[in-house]
Amino acid sequence: MVPLLRVEKVNKAFGTNHVLRDVSLDVHAGQVQCVIGPSGSGKSTLLRCVNRLEVPDSGHVYLDGQPMGYRWKGDTLREMTSSQLAVQRRQMGMVFQGFHLFPHRRVIENVIEGPVVVGGVGRATARERAMELLSKVGLADKAEAYPDSLSGGQQQRVAIARSLAMRPKLMLFDEPTSALDPELVGDVLAVMRDLADEGMTMVVVTHEMGFARDVADHVVFMDGGCVVEAGPPGHIFGAPEHERTRSFLARVL
Amino acid sequence: MTIAGSPADQAAQDGGFRSAEGVRKVPLRHPWWWVGGALLILIIGMFAQLLVTNRNMDWSTVLEYLFNGEILKGLLRTLELTVLAMVIGLALGILLAVMRLSANPLFRAVSWLWLWFFRGVPPLVQMVFWFNLATLLPKLKLGVPYGPVFASWDTNTVISAFTAAILGLSLTESAYAAEMIRAGIQAVSKGQTEAALSIGMSRFQVMRRVVLPQALRIVVPPIGNDLISMLKFTSLVSVLATPDLLYSAQMIYSRNYKTIPLLLVATIWYLVLTTLLTVAQQQVEKRLKTTHPQTGAMKNVKRLRFLPSFGKA
Ligand SMILES: Nc1ncnc2c1ncn2[C@@H]1O[C@H](COP(=O)(O)OP(=O)(O)O)[C@@H](O)[C@H]1O
Ligand SMILES: [Mg+2]
Repeated sequence: MVPLLRVEKVNKAFGTNHVLRDVSLDVHAGQVQCVIGPSGSGKSTLLRCVNRLEVPDSGHVYLDGQPMGYRWKGDTLREMTSSQLAVQRRQMGMVFQGFHLFPHRRVIENVIEGPVVVGGVGRATARERAMELLSKVGLADKAEAYPDSLSGGQQQRVAIARSLAMRPKLMLFDEPTSALDPELVGDVLAVMRDLADEGMTMVVVTHEMGFARDVADHVVFMDGGCVVEAGPPGHIFGAPEHERTRSFLARVL
Repeated sequence: MTIAGSPADQAAQDGGFRSAEGVRKVPLRHPWWWVGGALLILIIGMFAQLLVTNRNMDWSTVLEYLFNGEILKGLLRTLELTVLAMVIGLALGILLAVMRLSANPLFRAVSWLWLWFFRGVPPLVQMVFWFNLATLLPKLKLGVPYGPVFASWDTNTVISAFTAAILGLSLTESAYAAEMIRAGIQAVSKGQTEAALSIGMSRFQVMRRVVLPQALRIVVPPIGNDLISMLKFTSLVSVLATPDLLYSAQMIYSRNYKTIPLLLVATIWYLVLTTLLTVAQQQVEKRLKTTHPQTGAMKNVKRLRFLPSFGKA
């Protein structure tokens, strides 16, 4: 079976800083994979390479078997134009540590922005669906508010709704709760759990080990730009094979 | 403990500590404020006396011409020049700012050259130059370079005094606006671009829908300053015999020799307009601050003026 997402021997360096080293990863449809590892190990860079906010130096990322950023032309791969890449990116949503809602637009406008501007959906239809999504993340009453007036946890839930509005096949989360006050983390994680229960395919970079243990089908431990160890959560948390995994878990658990 | 009779008694009781409670306080006096104030009032009084009593001021003539048809037409022309030059300047400024931040080195270089040239050459020099363009290029042609020509015009008919004025003013403004807008674009966080890309926007959509709207809000205050400066700089067009407010006043006083009263008429109208614009600017800024508080955080954007030598830089 072709994985929904395949990361194949991706390398990325910033100057002399070799941040990703031959990273490979398969994510099948419906799976939830959590990526854990110390700060600076390249987790964010990996996610950014997946949706091509960063261009890998070597290696490839495939979504549904199609290489990201390239299209087949006979026996060669042609680099995509930025608008072709944009079409490809629509299939993935990304949620950032810092939310990055559009501050000049109301909550509802943030959510319909993608479908209306990018997807060509009519405003009325888009609004209806956006309200459904906002109810789902528990923020229907904030539709007309500006993002500034929301708490961090609420902003992050709106950001999730904004991504979902594009009906992505795959959701990427980059430490979605790391910028939140502890008491707000739960609401965001609950939304992500629901999403996982509905069968959304997700790659989640997180420091929430409880979430990784309960929700993930597969946990990936990264250190120094390499995937050190990967497997079912029971295995990674219960019987890690590598010393680096053990010492990391000893520090965070 | 007994209640102390006087602060001194209490001081004795508390072993040298003297409470300030209930003691009469003498505020600091500022005698020089009064001296300085009196001097200022004297100067203002003398100036007012000059305004009222000097016969050359001739207020009745000022009143007579304040709503004169020729003056009002000039006023309209001044407004027209201001708005047109500003709109063209801003549109070009946005384009130049985006070029300046482009990944394409050629775009960056062209934009840099443009800014260097149009910030360096005074608008007055430009206007005269544009007005005399026909000497350099007698005909303006549209066609394939070094190939067939589809249409051609006499330069002198295309570049009227009005066009030359608009060119001089708007090209200068474009250079200043570009720098402000560039700073505004850079003040919008990179996360905004990434979030917009992640929902599948193209680079162009990101710029138009997400970055520029925020950047332009950030530069509203300095653009407002530029608009006010622009209004005043339109008076330069009088050298091209374009009948703006100043030139209309000049035309009238060249006939009736009432120079000062007519200059006063022009002055009054300029002040009325700049006051209106200042009030409007403050209202807009206040609204932006309440509906979009994040723009308040962008105070670090350098305020560039149309020409820094006028007013505070
Ligand atoms: N745009 C960039 N330019 C230069 N260095 C970067 C950039 N992004 C990340 N890095 C570096 O790459 C390394 C990995 O960063 P990151 O992927 O953010 O790690 P993590 O998300 O696991 O904390 C860090 O050393 C960081 O300094
Ligand atoms: Mg990170």
